Amino acid sequence: MSTGTSAVGRRRFITFLVAAPTLTIAARLGIDVTADAPAMAAGRPTTTSSEPTTEADLGTTYVLRVTSDNRIIFESPKADVGQGISTALAMLIAEDLDARLTDVHSELADADNLPGQSVGGSRSIRDAYDPVREMAAQARARLVTAAARRWGVAADTLTTRDTAVHAPDGRSETYGALAADAASVTSPDVATTPKPISEHTIIGTPASQQEGRAIVTGAMRFSLDVAVDGALPTVVARPPTIYGTVESVDASDTEAMSGVVAVTTIPTGVAVTARTFHEAQRGREALRVTWGPGPVDDVSDSTVNERLAQAIPPFADPPLLSDHVDGRFEFAFVNHAPMETNAATADVRPNSAVVWSSTKVPNGTRRQVAEAIGLPEDAVTVHVTRGGGSFGRRLSSEAQIEAALVSQALGRPVKVMWTRDDDTQHGRMRPASMHRMRITYLAGEMVSFENLSSAVQLDFGLSPVIIGIDPGALGYPSIGSAFFALTQHTPYALGTETKELNEVPFEFPTATWRSVYSGHNRAAEELMMDRLASKLGKDPLGLRIALANDQPAKALLRRLRSESAWGTALPAGWAQGIGYHEEYDGRAGCVVTIDATDPAAPRVTSALVAADMGIPVNPMGLEAQFMGSVMDGIASILRAGNHIDSGSVRESSFADFLWPRQRHAPTNFRLVLMPTTGTSIAGAGEIAIPAAAAAVASAYGRATGTQPWRFPLNF
Amino acid sequence: MPTYKLFVNGEHVSVDAPADMPLLWVLRDLLGITGPKYGCGIGACRACTSHLNGKEIQPCVVPIADCANKHITTIEGLADGETLHPVQQAWLEEDVPQCGFCQPGQIMATAALLKTNKNPSDADIDAIANVCRCGTYCRIRKAIKKAAQA
Repeated sequence: MSTGTSAVGRRRFITFLVAAPTLTIAARLGIDVTADAPAMAAGRPTTTSSEPTTEADLGTTYVLRVTSDNRIIFESPKADVGQGISTALAMLIAEDLDARLTDVHSELADADNLPGQSVGGSRSIRDAYDPVREMAAQARARLVTAAARRWGVAADTLTTRDTAVHAPDGRSETYGALAADAASVTSPDVATTPKPISEHTIIGTPASQQEGRAIVTGAMRFSLDVAVDGALPTVVARPPTIYGTVESVDASDTEAMSGVVAVTTIPTGVAVTARTFHEAQRGREALRVTWGPGPVDDVSDSTVNERLAQAIPPFADPPLLSDHVDGRFEFAFVNHAPMETNAATADVRPNSAVVWSSTKVPNGTRRQVAEAIGLPEDAVTVHVTRGGGSFGRRLSSEAQIEAALVSQALGRPVKVMWTRDDDTQHGRMRPASMHRMRITYLAGEMVSFENLSSAVQLDFGLSPVIIGIDPGALGYPSIGSAFFALTQHTPYALGTETKELNEVPFEFPTATWRSVYSGHNRAAEELMMDRLASKLGKDPLGLRIALANDQPAKALLRRLRSESAWGTALPAGWAQGIGYHEEYDGRAGCVVTIDATDPAAPRVTSALVAADMGIPVNPMGLEAQFMGSVMDGIASILRAGNHIDSGSVRESSFADFLWPRQRHAPTNFRLVLMPTTGTSIAGAGEIAIPAAAAAVASAYGRATGTQPWRFPLNF
Repeated sequence: MPTYKLFVNGEHVSVDAPADMPLLWVLRDLLGITGPKYGCGIGACRACTSHLNGKEIQPCVVPIADCANKHITTIEGLADGETLHPVQQAWLEEDVPQCGFCQPGQIMATAALLKTNKNPSDADIDAIANVCRCGTYCRIRKAIKKAAQA
């Protein structure tokens, strides 16, 4: 029934009418859309050839429903963990449906049968932009057609606004009143194409997050806030070292304690189920467990650094008469540390199971839970709740699996909560990394850039960003090294580039951390630009403009220079710093000002981000993402990291994992959006992190007259 | 197991709990009041911040025995019916939340601060130690200043 033409994202998709009592339209992305769609569609689907994409290839379904009470219900396959995607997608719908934004209600869809149902790689808005707008336009056309038929007038005389169809004679009907009729309109009488950008009134206009009121009143339900009758609090005793094992358990004291209901040994530890989480934790403390060793018991930070250094090959011999600037950079492990720890509620029955939890990979969670409890996938329902942050953490499903295993063993619903020390010491981390870089130049011309890096092996888990990457076929030894090569783009003309990542196969619990390799590797590359500028006696921002690969990059950097009053005189111990990055179909630059008068307690006092997002959907949401990205930069450069002592993570909570507080945040943040290009749309969640991290380190170095190289700096 | 009488968000409640049970678990697990969040259990992240007799507390480290016959206000009890508290209103107007998990605590900390300090300085705001992992601090600062003017 509808085309999948896409000027912007070149995604392959179809939209179709779903047989239902009230108007229901679906949009489906995926390489197999022609095979699957006709059975679901009341119309005749067509597709256009397109560039294969990661997530879309495996299928994602969006569903829009108009209810008789004039609400637009949007079933979003995109988990919202604070990135504001529900609001941004609702804006796309409101725009092309001509509905009031407040009438569009996003609901997080349950796990479906399509592995593409996932959030990652800053893909959500890029994948959804075309299909979701077209889905809305398809719905609008049917509502208009239904009104025309009801009133006996020509459809093209009718207009739509504020969730209603209006006739020239003043008559109007709400969408809700037309929804039943519109459900049987197979062939609309008006065009079903989305609006041109010039007619947008909602896309590009700042909108507050739709969930705001529920959040500020405490009504928002996160993983453990869902009321499931009889679901008992459960915590898990975990080994003293990473991936240690349970050898034997004496639970006699625990079982005798008030409030304790059951003790269950599971592969990851010993679960204590009780009336309350307090009693479960007390019970956990009273367990006597003999633990077996884990795979990294003899590994500490020194071991990691030694192996990382060994994994980096030497530089090539520099050409005769050339000069060069070298750098070595190290980044510690760093937790994702979302505010809501890993958590899930599960109710496993003999032939079925239900899980309530935040997950960015609902379909993958369902598959893993089904495997763990030995049920077919279609017997498992995963209700996706809002998540209290993710930053990459919710791409793995440990708590959901644990909850299902304990529920199955006990024959009753349970809710598993990882305590903060669990999440800090056994949760996921960005892998520690080391980077050696050399820029070689000759007679003022850039000759080569060598970037030889190593990192602890990264567990990509179910992250959608690796779908379709076959490292062997591409000639790389690991997924991580292939992903590094495919994503690490240097935006400057530095001559011949040599870039490689060598993964060291330590078994640490790692996961993609917001911006994956770019957060450290690209930040380090930016610091090399500072070193090059220093060696050449040039201004670091001016040198970036001179060496930037293309005009949009130069334009953004110039804008950053003017908006930041770059080069303004500052007191001793203060300095500005700069970082720039291109990825996710967009560009972002950052200038921060730091007060490093006390080098042990520096404070970023202001931050400016300039971004080229192509078509900005929600400037309010973009500002939020970039503000958060600046904090991630401040955290990972100045304060927050994890030490490894003989197979254990030293930190255990927010008391020693030094995530920034208000007193570490800039008092002044500003976002400048470059003019809309209308030709592309960029992902916002991760793009500013490398730029911000670089800017913070750059400012610190310039303020203190040092060349920072080991991060976090005060660790 | 002792029985405690409390006034939670204006209502009388009575709970059976061991004396050392932190108020957070009484609220969440026994009373079904889930606005206060668990983030650390040691009073470091302050996601559970609520009020005890009008003063800021971290319920994850306050035993129920210390709350007997006292007034407890959680995020659910801050608004006056449908009328939001000025701090909640300011939070909405500045679009502060991202994931929202820490925000009940941030709001309750601010509401407590504004009771005794009608016009907090930047230094006063810096003293709020609640963690926001999403990094909404700049908007929190703006919202606090807006609420102070309300």
